[in-house]
Amino acid sequence: MASSLRILVPVKRVIDYAIKPRINKTQTGVETAGVKHSLNPFDEISVEEAVRLRERKGPLKVDSILALSAGGAKCADTLRTAMAMGADKALHIDVPESADGGPEPLTIAKLLQGVVQKENINLVLLGKQAIDGDQGQTGQMLAGLLGWSQATQASKVDIKDESGTVEVTREVDGGVETLKAKLPIVITTDLRLNEPRYASLPNIMKAKKKPLEKKSLADFGLEDKRRLKTIKVTEPPPRQGGGKVEDVDGLVSKLKELGAL
Amino acid sequence: MIFAARSTVLRAARSQLHPSRPIFAFRLSAVTRLLSTLAVLEQRGGKLSASSLSAIAAAQKLGGSVTGFVAGSGVKSSAAAEAAKIKGVEKVVAVENEAYDKGLPENYAPLLVNNVKNGGYTHLIAAHSAFGKGLLPRVAALLDVQQVSDITGIESEDTFVRPIYAGNAILTVQSEDAIKVITVRGTAFQGVETEGGSAEIVDGSDPKAESTTEWVSEDLAKSDRPDLGTASRVVSGGRGLKSKEEFDRVMVPLADALGAAIGASRAAVDSGYADNSLQVGQTGKNVAPQLYLAAGISGAIQHLAGMKDSKVIAAINKDADAPIFQVADVGLVGDLFEKVPELTEKLKK
Repeated sequence: MASSLRILVPVKRVIDYAIKPRINKTQTGVETAGVKHSLNPFDEISVEEAVRLRERKGPLKVDSILALSAGGAKCADTLRTAMAMGADKALHIDVPESADGGPEPLTIAKLLQGVVQKENINLVLLGKQAIDGDQGQTGQMLAGLLGWSQATQASKVDIKDESGTVEVTREVDGGVETLKAKLPIVITTDLRLNEPRYASLPNIMKAKKKPLEKKSLADFGLEDKRRLKTIKVTEPPPRQGGGKVEDVDGLVSKLKELGAL
Repeated sequence: MIFAARSTVLRAARSQLHPSRPIFAFRLSAVTRLLSTLAVLEQRGGKLSASSLSAIAAAQKLGGSVTGFVAGSGVKSSAAAEAAKIKGVEKVVAVENEAYDKGLPENYAPLLVNNVKNGGYTHLIAAHSAFGKGLLPRVAALLDVQQVSDITGIESEDTFVRPIYAGNAILTVQSEDAIKVITVRGTAFQGVETEGGSAEIVDGSDPKAESTTEWVSEDLAKSDRPDLGTASRVVSGGRGLKSKEEFDRVMVPLADALGAAIGASRAAVDSGYADNSLQVGQTGKNVAPQLYLAAGISGAIQHLAGMKDSKVIAAINKDADAPIFQVADVGLVGDLFEKVPELTEKLKK
């Protein structure tokens, strides 16, 4: 069933990684209005890897790269970025924004399952986690729902042959591990996988002409039902710097005083 | 079968609470179900991994009965026996089959689903390690449950605390699912007594699902040092170390002098000064040692996410305005190539 790669790259619009988030007054979530957002860094790596699989001209030709994002209207910008990097087309699942983040990973996984079946996808590349919710679940959940192989926290992806054998090196506690599977497969990307490219201006212009389709969760028989109820979102306990010392002796005696030595 | 694990005493006590209702009615209500937790334990070559003990610690904090789960070749006489000695563990479910040795989620997830359903557990817990991260969401999806990841606190049987946005916000969340599937942050759940228990070891059910993925090889960094995730002292180096040679020359003797594990910032790892597995931060390891000593690390949000729960933080950096000094209990402004060796010498005395 391999013969070519039909890749799905789910991407998420999140608060930019360099920005320190602020809790809203009602303690229901994080202030998002007027805050710089960008493509989740791990998803950038996924898009880059999909594009590189095409450029590498491996044993399997890349037929299509579909980028998908679920969320408010501004997700369209995120999808344009993915297309400027090299995705062929995009699917925007319109979900009204809410203070406590987007739909839960399980809902997204079910949505992706529907898209995979409809679009005859055989490789899904996801980031290992979104840097807002830090949950790290969607890829594994999708693989479970589809009954597909999964390779999480990938630092190297290699399509070995025409029959669709994939070898993935993954980052695990204490080192790396290499797995082998046949397509179809779900892979989640780690920071080490690649260095994402910047979209060039001509490519940004071209991306504006690429197809962007809009759908809703209901089109896939789903609703944004939350199994987890946000009770509150609070600031972490503040940590006060204890000041500076003059020299190494000062450091040693302060550490002794604090009971750390 | 859901009642099989329960003692008759508890059953009697509970039927008194609702004397008019037949006992099977309890099954319909999550509220009245008796709390029972299955803690998934990771084993390698018959030895339990230290990080997976945090699953037991969290299970004990929940209250209710705690059952350990181990799978792999010959585990009954090794890892399961080890788990049975842990204080507070009532039972250990063991599945002997070498197919589970590598912890591949493709066959391990159906195995867990099967045993969770058979045992009627209300909670399924694993450590938020590479193993737990890969496995539990797959299990959760198969159970149609929204998992709660990387929790640092338990408020009640359905309400949990977890960091979001790289630890810059703390979320308290309540699960409405019938089975709570949870991964726990190891540094937040510790203190399991590995001796003094005498749990019975029972055979689990084995659906013998085939794994569609094949394990090929691994390359694990070998070290005599304490494990980074559980070490009581960690010394960590950043971009300021300039090269791998300097990193090893400066940081290794300091770690030796303190009996500490070595960590690194992403900058140091990306530049090849240190192995990937040593990265501390949002996307690397979370540590919370007694002492965290950062040398040549500026203190970016993503790095602080992985170490700001340390008891005492010390920083050596030549930039007096580095953000690390805002969280450090003790800071020394200076050239690390001079200060760290001096510190190493003084610690040896």
